[in-house]
Amino acid sequence: MVQKLDRLKESPSQTAGPYVHIGTNPNSVEIKGVWNEDLGSRMLNTQTLGERIVLEGRVLDGSGAPLKDVLVEIWQADAQGLYPSPQEKRGKADPHFAGWGRQPVDPVTGIYHFETVKPGRVPYRDGRMMAPHVTFWLVSRGINLGLHTRLYFADEEEANAQCPVLARIEHTRRIPTLIASRSEANGLATYTFDIRLQGEGETVFFDI
Amino acid sequence: MSDDGSYFQRDRAWHPPAFTPDYKTSILRSPRFPLLSLDNTISELTGPVFGDALLGPLDNDLIRNYAKDGDPIGQRIVVYGRVLDENARAVPGALLEFWQANAGGRYRHRKETYLAAIDPNFGGCGRAITDSEGRYEFRTIKPGAYPWPNGVNDWRPAHIHFSVFGHAFAQRLITQMYFEGDPMIWQCPIVRTIPDKAAIEQLVAALDRNATLPMDALAYKFDIVLRGRRATMFENRPEGN
Repeated sequence: MVQKLDRLKESPSQTAGPYVHIGTNPNSVEIKGVWNEDLGSRMLNTQTLGERIVLEGRVLDGSGAPLKDVLVEIWQADAQGLYPSPQEKRGKADPHFAGWGRQPVDPVTGIYHFETVKPGRVPYRDGRMMAPHVTFWLVSRGINLGLHTRLYFADEEEANAQCPVLARIEHTRRIPTLIASRSEANGLATYTFDIRLQGEGETVFFDI
Repeated sequence: MSDDGSYFQRDRAWHPPAFTPDYKTSILRSPRFPLLSLDNTISELTGPVFGDALLGPLDNDLIRNYAKDGDPIGQRIVVYGRVLDENARAVPGALLEFWQANAGGRYRHRKETYLAAIDPNFGGCGRAITDSEGRYEFRTIKPGAYPWPNGVNDWRPAHIHFSVFGHAFAQRLITQMYFEGDPMIWQCPIVRTIPDKAAIEQLVAALDRNATLPMDALAYKFDIVLRGRRATMFENRPEGN
């Protein structure tokens, strides 16, 4: 026998189930008064720096139907490309920006909705800059282990073309599944990003 | 050696795979393409942190945090444990969120139609942040088993859902805790999405008679392990983060 490595195994994941919102967004399912505000429901305040944007879309299953019980979490850098995390060693992020958001989808339409700022660029491991992106994490009934993906912005063509992560996608036809389209109304940009779990146009998911 | 490397690769033979057809909903909600492997960048090595200021005094007390005119009905229990990483080191400052059905197996949720009664004094959610040694605890009512439309007669074992934030988005985890000795654990299609029996046993909380409060509440111990982080012994490339 060889020596033991004395490591533990990660706790295995299980599905979040159909009632995940009881624990994560109780106010959204009419469990009032346990805590005042659902965690992750507000990412900004009036002093937050950067361009305000909206992220919207649906999560679709292999039949094309929107998931109405999915929970979407996002994590992103601030407008200057700094993460509001103690692990961020490059500088101090905007104290008025949470970086993390969490929303249930609309129970009728399946649309998620985040009000945030457009993130700045952050470096890849070798120092090259990645294109501006927002990390998405999805959990729901039928998903056994949370799925990671990234939203990139359609109006960042040059940065997207140079992004070392997008460049790693061998099947280049799949790159557009990570790029959110832009529309504008009353001076506010909305980026639409549908996530397809399976089948035609399946979104690229990451093992991170 | 410093802890500034990436997190250990997830052992996806230990976790449940995405496509587990006996759990029917997974059939249309599992990607068919392989995942794209990505060594952690700063986007995965960072994550949100939550201070103790977030917590109210009853956040980890499901017996009292929704009580209207008395205590909820059911078996009073304390659940406690530690959050560790794969290097067996404590993870302090980890936010845990938990949710569950009441003693009869009924969730407080608009989509839930199970005929077992709602308990007017039980909400079913709580949260806690681990201390400097990675410890947490909460008290609640032991949840009941619960039927669900999968097979014609499938029942979930008694369980409590856990959501865990470690120090990085790469550590983000949602799982379920089961109770020692429950025969339904081994019949459940959701439990059985996990291929390895030892991995399933890692989700079964032990009855702890020593931590049990006499004449008050039983106690269960449930430790959670998050991904460990690689220590950098030798730099072999310039780090951009």
